[in-house]
Amino acid sequence: MGIDPVTVIAALIVASTPILLAAIGEMVVEKTGVLNLGVEGMMVTGAVMGFVTTVETGSPTLGFVAGMASGMALSLIFGLLTQLLLSNQVATGLALTLFGLGLSALLGVGYPGATLPPVADPFPAAMADIPVLGPILFGHSLVTYLSVVLVAAVWFVLGFTRTGLIIRAVGENHDAAHALGYKVIRIRLMAIMFGGACAGLGGAFLSIVRVQNWVDGMTAGAGWIALALVVFASWKPWRVLLGAYLFGGITALQLRLQAAGISIPVEILSMSPYVITILVLVIMSSDRSRAALNAPAALGKVFHATG
Amino acid sequence: MLTLEKRPTPSRGWTLATPVLAVVLTMIAGGLMFALLGKNPVEAIRIIFWDPVFNTQFASYTRPQLLVKAGPLILIAIGLSLGFRAGIWNIGAEGQYIMGAIAGAGFGLAFYPSDSPLIFPGMIVAGALGGWAWAMIPAILKTRFRTNEILVSLLLVYVAEKILASAATKFLRNPEGHGFPGSRNLARIDSMNNPELISGTGMHWGVVLAFIAVIAAYVLLNRHLLGYQIKLAGQAPRAARFAGVNPNRLVVMCLGASGALAGLAGLFEVTGPAGQISIDFNVGYGFTAIIVAFLGRLHPIGILLAGLIMALTYIGGELAQLMLQIPAPAIQAFQGMLLFFLLALDVLSNYRIRIKSEGVA
Amino acid sequence: MSQTALLSIKGITKAYPGVVANSDVSFDILPGEVHALLGENGAGKSTLVKMIYGLVRPDSGTMEMNGTPYTPTEPRAARASGVAMVFQHFSLFEALNVAENISLGMENPPAQRDLARQIREVSEAYGLPLDPDRLVGDLSAGERQRVEIIRCLLQDPKLLVMDEPTSVLTPQEVEILFHTLRKLSSEGTSILYISHKLEEIRALCDEATILRLGKVVGKCTPRDTSAAEMAEMMVGKSLASPARVNADMGEVVLKVAGLSVEPATPFGTPLRHVGIELHAGEVLGIGGVAGNGQDELLAALSGEVTTAPGTVVLNRVPIGDTGPNDRRALGLLCAPEERLGHAAAPDMSLIENALLTARQRKGLDRSGFVDWRATRAYAEEVIQAFDVRTPGPDNAARALSGGNLQKFVIGREILQDPKVLVVNQPTWGVDASAAAAIRQAILDLAGQGAGVIVISQDLDELLEVADNFCALNEGRLSNLRATKGLTMETIGLMLGGAHDMHDLDEEALHADA
Repeated sequence: MGIDPVTVIAALIVASTPILLAAIGEMVVEKTGVLNLGVEGMMVTGAVMGFVTTVETGSPTLGFVAGMASGMALSLIFGLLTQLLLSNQVATGLALTLFGLGLSALLGVGYPGATLPPVADPFPAAMADIPVLGPILFGHSLVTYLSVVLVAAVWFVLGFTRTGLIIRAVGENHDAAHALGYKVIRIRLMAIMFGGACAGLGGAFLSIVRVQNWVDGMTAGAGWIALALVVFASWKPWRVLLGAYLFGGITALQLRLQAAGISIPVEILSMSPYVITILVLVIMSSDRSRAALNAPAALGKVFHATG
Repeated sequence: MLTLEKRPTPSRGWTLATPVLAVVLTMIAGGLMFALLGKNPVEAIRIIFWDPVFNTQFASYTRPQLLVKAGPLILIAIGLSLGFRAGIWNIGAEGQYIMGAIAGAGFGLAFYPSDSPLIFPGMIVAGALGGWAWAMIPAILKTRFRTNEILVSLLLVYVAEKILASAATKFLRNPEGHGFPGSRNLARIDSMNNPELISGTGMHWGVVLAFIAVIAAYVLLNRHLLGYQIKLAGQAPRAARFAGVNPNRLVVMCLGASGALAGLAGLFEVTGPAGQISIDFNVGYGFTAIIVAFLGRLHPIGILLAGLIMALTYIGGELAQLMLQIPAPAIQAFQGMLLFFLLALDVLSNYRIRIKSEGVA
Repeated sequence: MSQTALLSIKGITKAYPGVVANSDVSFDILPGEVHALLGENGAGKSTLVKMIYGLVRPDSGTMEMNGTPYTPTEPRAARASGVAMVFQHFSLFEALNVAENISLGMENPPAQRDLARQIREVSEAYGLPLDPDRLVGDLSAGERQRVEIIRCLLQDPKLLVMDEPTSVLTPQEVEILFHTLRKLSSEGTSILYISHKLEEIRALCDEATILRLGKVVGKCTPRDTSAAEMAEMMVGKSLASPARVNADMGEVVLKVAGLSVEPATPFGTPLRHVGIELHAGEVLGIGGVAGNGQDELLAALSGEVTTAPGTVVLNRVPIGDTGPNDRRALGLLCAPEERLGHAAAPDMSLIENALLTARQRKGLDRSGFVDWRATRAYAEEVIQAFDVRTPGPDNAARALSGGNLQKFVIGREILQDPKVLVVNQPTWGVDASAAAAIRQAILDLAGQGAGVIVISQDLDELLEVADNFCALNEGRLSNLRATKGLTMETIGLMLGGAHDMHDLDEEALHADA
C-alpha cells in the first residue's frame, strides 16, 4: 500500500496542531479550577473568523489574530457568566458551544470555497526539501512551531514560576487562595481568556492551514477531543503534546488508509478517532488515584466570596 | 460597587420571571443581530414569534408545525432534565435520537413488506431500546470506570452520525431507490407510519407521548421517592449517599431514561415528519433540547412551554429565511443567545444584588 | 503611664443582613502582649479578625496601628503592616508541598531552595519540626497548623492572630504551641488569641476582651479571674451541665470487629482493624484530632461504605455489607459532622430534609410515593421537640443557624427511637445553649436504653457525656477506658499513643532486620 511514513508524520503534525492549541489553553483554564466546555464553540468561531479575515485582507497573519480575538471574545462571555454571575459552568460551556456553532455558520455564509492566499513558510524551501527530516521538521507553518513553544512555556510557567504556583493554588482551593488575598476571579478570567485565544487560534489554523476552506461545523468535535486530551494528559503539558500527536497520528493515518482504499469500511475508519478517544478516556479514568491527584480539586466548582 | 448576596431560599418570583425575561432580552439582542444583517429587526422578530401562530395567511399551515417540532424537543428535554437535576450530564441526546431512529426503522424494514399491526409497536420498542442502548455506553463507562459522561456521550454523537451515514447509504438504503441514499419512505408504508392523529393539529404519537412524559415526570419529581432522590443527588451528593441513594443506579436510570426518550423521539420523527432515514434527517433536536430543558428550569411544565417556544423559533426561523432571506444559522445563534441570557439571569433567583456604599475595589 | 498600643480597635461595627456581627467593639493590644478574644460561637470573633486581616471592611469605626490609622483593604496590606494570621480552617493547599504553601502566603518569597532552608531553620528554632518537601495533604492537622504558623513567622510579624488554634491539637501539642507562643511574646510579638476555652486563656493570655452577640461585655486579666467568672461573662447566664438519668448498661448492641476501610479520597485516612463493643445504655466517646479517620468511621457505621458482613454486627445481625437504609430499618442511626451537604441538603426544605433519613422508621412513603403530609408532620414534630428556631418547616436548611440546624439533625435521628445512635462532632460550631441541649438529648437517649457513640474533637464534651472513652489515631482505635478518673494527660497520651506505638514497632522491625 502506498503509505509513506514521512508524509504521515508530517500530516500528523498538521492534523494535531489545532487540538494541541485548544487543549493546552483549556489545560491552563482547568488548572485554575474552571471547566469550559465551550472549546468547540470557540474553535469553530476562530475558524470562521480566521478564514473570513484572511480572505478579506489577504493576510493569514491577520486571520490568525482574528481567530484568537474571536475565541477570546467568546471566552469572555463564558468568563463573565460563570465568574461574575456565578452560572453553572457545564451549562454555560454548552451554551457557548451551541452559540458558537450557530454564530460561525452565520458569519461564514457565502465563504465556503473562497480561495486563500498561501501561508508563508518560516524556513527556506531548501530546508523543507531535505529528505525525511525536511518535511517533518521544517515544512510547517509558524503557528505549528508556536504551538510547541506554547506547550514548553506553559510547562515552565506552571512548574517553575510564582504565577504558575498561584494558578495551581487557585485551582486547588479557591477559598484558601482568597483568604490569602489572591484575586481568584481576576486570575480565572485571565486564564479563561488565554484558553479562548488558544482555541480560537487552533480553529483559525484548521481553516487557514489544514483544510484551507470554510465548512459549517468544520471542527467536527475537535474541541471535545481537546477536552478529552486534557483528561488524558492528567493536566500535564508535555502529555497534552503527546496526546495531541497520538490523536493526530490516528486521524492522519485513517485518512491515508481511506485514500489507499483498503478493505476496512470508510465509516469505521472515520469514526475511529472518536472511538479511540473514548477508549483512552476510559483507560485514564479507571486509574482513580492518579487521575484524582492531578485533577485540580476545585474544578468546576462555583466560587462566591462571602463577607 | 455591586455585590452578590446569597438568598436563604431561592426566589420563587425570579425563578418564574427569568425565563420570560430571557426571552425578551433575546428578542432585543436578536433584533440587534438582525439589524446588523441589514434586516428590519421588528419585522424579523414579528415573523419569528408572531406570524407562525397568528398570521392570517399561513398560520393555518404553520400552526400544526408547532406541535410537530415541539414534540421531540419536549420528549428529549424531559429525559435530559432528570439527569441534569441529578448532576448527570447527558449531552449526547442527538446520538441517542439517531440510534433510536435507526434501530426502529431497521426493525420495521426487516419485516418489509409485511403489514402486521404489530410492526409499528415493535418499532417503538426497538426505537426506545436503540436510544437506551446508546446511552448505556456512557452510563456503564461512568459507573464502571468513572469516565466523564459529558465527553463520552458527546463523542458518541459523532460516531452515531457515521453510523447514520452508513445506514442511509448502505444497510438501510432503499433497494428500489435507484442508488440514491436514504431508506424507504416509512411514512408511506401503512404498517410503519406515524400519522397525524387529528387533521390540522400536527398531533402524532410522538406528541402524545411527549405530553404523557411531561405528566409522568411531574408526578415522579413531586410525589415519588425516585424524584426526590434525583433532586437530592444533584443538590448534595454526599447527603444523597447518606440517604441510601445508590449513585450508580441513578446514573444508569437517568441516562437510560433520557436515552430511551431520545430514541423514541427519533423513531417518531423518522416514521412521521422526516419520513425516512437519510444522511441528515436529524436537525439537531438533541442539542436544542438542552436549551429547552434549561429554559424550562428543568421543570416538566416549564419544559412543555419552553418546547413550544423553541419550536416557534424553528418555524419562525424558516419563515424569516423565506421572507427576509435571514440565513438559517442565525436562528441557531439566536437559540444559543437565549441560553446565555437565561444563565446570566439565573443569578437573580439565587442571589440578591446589593449596592455597596463604599467603593473599595 | 500607659504604653502605646500596637493595635487599637475603636468602635468597630459590622452588620450583615439580619445580624449585627460586631457592634461598637473597642480594645487595645499592647506590644508583646498575648491578648485573648473570648466568646462563644457566633459572638462575632471571626468577623472582627477578618477585619483586622483586611478580608472584610468595617461599616464604621477605626483601627490604629502604632497610633497611625490602619485600614487594610486586602490581606496583602495587612501582611505589609506586620499582621499575620493562622486560620481556624486552614488556608492550605493539599496538593502542594509545604514550601509552596508557605511561599503563597508571603509577599516576596525567596527562591524555593532558600525558602526550604529558612523553613528548616525557623521550624527548629521554635520547636515545630517540618519537612518543606512534603505534600500538605499527607500532613496531620497539627502539622498543618505548623505550616500556617511558620508561614507567619517567616514574615516577622508584629501581631500574630490565632483563630481557635487548639481545636485540632492533642493536649501535648497544645503545650508545644503555648511554648512557642510564649517565646514569641517574649521576643516582642503581640498575639491576638481567639478561643472559647477558658483554661487555655488563663494559662496563656495577659489580657482578655470578652465578646457576646457582637458586643464587648467585659475585659479582664485572665490570671486573676476565675474560669467561672469568665464563663458567665461569655455566656451571659449559667448553663446547667447535662445530667445523666440512668446509668445502667445492658447487653452489647453494636459490635464492630476487624473493621478496615481504604480511604475514598487521595488524602483520606484508612481505618485499620477498628473494634468496638457498645452496650445498651452506654455513651461511648471517641476522641481524636480531625483527620484521623472520624469521617471514615462514621461512613462505615452508617453504611455509606460497606465492608464484610461480620465487621459490623447490630443486635447479633451482621450488617457490614448493607446500605444506610437497611441499617436504619434495624435501628442504627447516624448524624454526620458536616451539617450542610452531608447530614442535610442545604437547598432543600426542612420537610424534605426530614425525609432524608426518617423514611423507613417513620413510614413516610407508600410503595415509593412520598406521603408529604406525614413528612411535614414529622418535621414539625422535630422542630417542636428540639426547639429549632425557624419560621417554619418550609424553610431551606441553609437558612438556619448552625446550632438550630444541628438540633434539627440530631432531633431527626433521636425521635426515630434508635437502638444505636452514632454522632460525629455533635456540637461543632454550635452556640453554648444549643450545645447543652444536644448533650442532654444524647444522655436522655442513652438513659432510655439506646447505645450512643459520640465522636468528637472536644475532649471536655466527651468527659461530660461519655461513660467510656477511646481515641482514634491514624485510623486505629485505642483500648477502652472508663471516663471517670481519666486525666487530660492520659487522654493526650491515648490520642498520640497509637501513633508512637506504630513508630516504635517500625523501629523495632528495622532493628531486627
